[in-house]
Amino acid sequence: MPEHTFRVNGEQVTVEVAPDVRLLWVLRDLLGITGPKYGCGIDVCKACTSHLNGKAVSPCAIPVGELRPDDEVTTIEGLAATSGQELHPMQRAWLDHDVSQCGYCQPGQIMAAVALVRRVAEEGRAVTDADLDGLRNICRCGTYPRIRDAIRAGAEAMR
Amino acid sequence: MTAIGRRRFLGYVLAAPTLVTAAGLDAGLPSPEITDLLDLNDLMTAAALPTANLITVEVGPDGTVSFALPRAEVGQGITTSTAMLIAEELSVPVGRVRVTLADARPELVFNQLTGGSNTTFATYVPIRVAAAVARSRLMQAAAAELGVAPADLTLKDGVISNRAGRSVGIGELSGRAATTRTLRVPVELAARESFTVIGRPHNRIDALDAVTGRKKFTLDLDVPDAKPAMVCRPPTINGKVGSVANLAEVRAMPGVTDAVVISTGVAVRAATFGQCVDAVRALRVTWKPGTAEGKSDESVLRELRAAEPPLGLRPPTPVVEGSFTFHFRSNSALEPNCAIADVRADRAEIWSSLKSPIVAQQAIAARLGLPQSRVTVHVTEGGGSFGRKLFFDAALEAAELSQRVGKPVKLLWHRADDSRQGRTHPMAISRVRVSYLGGTVLGYQQRHTSVSTDLGHGLGEIITALAARLPGGDLSFAQTFFQLSQTMPYQFGVSGRLLNETDRGFNTGSMRNVYSPDVTCARELVVDRLAARMGRDPRRFRHDFLHDERSRAVLAAVAEAGEWGRPMPAGTAQGIAFHSEYKSVSAALVEIDCRPETVERPIRDGVTGPRVTKAVFAVDAGLAVNPRGLEAQMMGGVMDGIALALTSSLHLRDGHFLEASWDDYFYTRQWNTPPDLRIIVMPSTSDRPGGAGELGVAASMAAVACAYGRATGTMPTTFPINHGTLSFTPKPTVPPIPPSPADGLDHAR
Repeated sequence: MPEHTFRVNGEQVTVEVAPDVRLLWVLRDLLGITGPKYGCGIDVCKACTSHLNGKAVSPCAIPVGELRPDDEVTTIEGLAATSGQELHPMQRAWLDHDVSQCGYCQPGQIMAAVALVRRVAEEGRAVTDADLDGLRNICRCGTYPRIRDAIRAGAEAMR
Repeated sequence: MTAIGRRRFLGYVLAAPTLVTAAGLDAGLPSPEITDLLDLNDLMTAAALPTANLITVEVGPDGTVSFALPRAEVGQGITTSTAMLIAEELSVPVGRVRVTLADARPELVFNQLTGGSNTTFATYVPIRVAAAVARSRLMQAAAAELGVAPADLTLKDGVISNRAGRSVGIGELSGRAATTRTLRVPVELAARESFTVIGRPHNRIDALDAVTGRKKFTLDLDVPDAKPAMVCRPPTINGKVGSVANLAEVRAMPGVTDAVVISTGVAVRAATFGQCVDAVRALRVTWKPGTAEGKSDESVLRELRAAEPPLGLRPPTPVVEGSFTFHFRSNSALEPNCAIADVRADRAEIWSSLKSPIVAQQAIAARLGLPQSRVTVHVTEGGGSFGRKLFFDAALEAAELSQRVGKPVKLLWHRADDSRQGRTHPMAISRVRVSYLGGTVLGYQQRHTSVSTDLGHGLGEIITALAARLPGGDLSFAQTFFQLSQTMPYQFGVSGRLLNETDRGFNTGSMRNVYSPDVTCARELVVDRLAARMGRDPRRFRHDFLHDERSRAVLAAVAEAGEWGRPMPAGTAQGIAFHSEYKSVSAALVEIDCRPETVERPIRDGVTGPRVTKAVFAVDAGLAVNPRGLEAQMMGGVMDGIALALTSSLHLRDGHFLEASWDDYFYTRQWNTPPDLRIIVMPSTSDRPGGAGELGVAASMAAVACAYGRATGTMPTTFPINHGTLSFTPKPTVPPIPPSPADGLDHAR
């Protein structure tokens, strides 16, 4: 069985599994990292959204064999550490706005939000309504308005 | 003393080494002696009442207060509101109250079903009584300890102090407040005027776990050797396995440990779910027909029309009529059906988010051939429900599979399974006739005809058990449910409504209510048409015909906050609607933009359509235990209402649903969300909470439909309004689930 080495939440990991197994299942079923959730398995609901080298990706659509040893995967469990704080500013904003209902989609929502804020910051601008409309993460509890409010507040706090 | 507002109750201190208390049997209904149950909430509360004394509050030696809630938390916030009730009566910080979800407890009979927006309504008094008994015992123990009368003590933040400043924590007192024989004690609940927790906004107690990824759902649990499992399902609804050509070949695939035929399909178990997906796709199965073979939207519509009860003779006065069609909708939560099962020869253990765990336990025991007492059912935190988790389809399957292969399994429905074989909100038609003369409405009749709704999850048994106390006790479950849940809020003269059901071939269930969103949407559209016929403003018309002041107040609140009647550009409009249920009243005002540039705005793989640009929602749910949680429930209800009116439905073709995932089932997304949303929680008009979990959907859906009608000049009659346009390419049905994509790295952003 081939070995695959990459970094997860700041630590080097090596897993033995077929190279076509998607990263989501390597994280959840083999490494026990369960923050990224399954909601569709075909990269449309975005419940598994995590970061690869700082950018938002869907682990359900990444064969583990495509990762390189220096690739850094960050899941919701590792997000706070990237800010050097106990909680990432976006997580704090989420708490302040009491965003979560069932909470199932929320790890993916937060990871997508952080990547969005970083992207617009790199473009030297603020988050717009159009940016928020463009978020594809599904929240079946329908807490979209609180997500929008939290992202705006989290973006301020991340500056 | 009147029943409402009553504060003296009996409770119990149970024999235990630490302080354990429970409510007495008089702590349920506002008026336990009533012979006629007025609505569904009264019915469910009466059913829960005889076992209220079996639900206990426990004070631990560390000063924490524990409560195992016999309901399912699926996002509605009942663990938080329950902790608030206990914190109020016990004067402890909310953070010191540990609310967990109780395992299936058959002795609770009808008191462990989460549905009908009934949790807070039914548990509001019993939980507080149990906590108040604990408080009273702790005060007595502290009085003995400190050598003063209980009246000279104060309890604050979990610490009891006397006037001299000596104090003792409730944890230290837990053992001394306990009893070796069960005692019955009278208590008086905290007065509403003294509340410091109930009625104040509180954030969810599980929020930190949710935002850090620590919150554990069923699939996140680590049960030894419970390996991933999935089921290869039939191409048509409820089809059965004929034969499998390549079981041995699939068993030899990487990671696969088992592949066996079960009652619902061909199950595979593997090291990862990814390998289960590959194995399911590799299976070559011949299938036998299902229970909806050859059926389509058109054929079901014909069945419904044939089953529609007549409206009766048309009166000689002027009438307004409307007939509406509501298509199948998926009640899928974001967490799909899933369960863990570990079945041994003489016992079984199940983990799943279940709103009806006792019925699940009975059914699983029967399926496994085990006594019910040998089946332990753990209720896990759920990732949404909306009615879906009243059923236990995945738990039953997981149990069957675990027994079959002799190993623990963690079973997941692929999203495509959830969409195509999962529970749906039944397709329905609704016909309304209103007769009037001059400015007076003489009569209102509504005939609602629906594909049969499965109530076989426990609610049916509750209705049967209390049938003798129901007005019209000989009606069917569904008709009883319908009559108990529907009311006529307007003074419309002689009013009547009937339900008829047809076709049991579909897997159905509720979806944030069963009938109300459709029934209300039809009614409110006809109300708009009636107002127009009479030359009246829709808001003013509703105001004048609503029965009571509480109803008019929510309508006035949205009209004012939403600036009802403000000038709007052509192609845009406001809509307003009202709904009452669960002893709560609600009103919605929305603004919709139906202009072509909005409707056709580009979104990849998504349906855009008209945009609700603003929504104002007012709710009076009686006493709001947690206004912030109530607001969250209404927000979700508005999003559901928008989806039901505009975008979300299942298309039935040739015995199967075309939708197979979130890219073709169009629940509300960020691009459909109103940029401007305001929820108004009205000042409490009651000493008791009403229901809220499902409340927000009906008025929202109706207001969007009314706004659409006013913006386009055409009253919509088919829902959702985009159902006639298929906005996606259907995924194949064989294999039943799509391949896992491999291009994720190309989309990093």
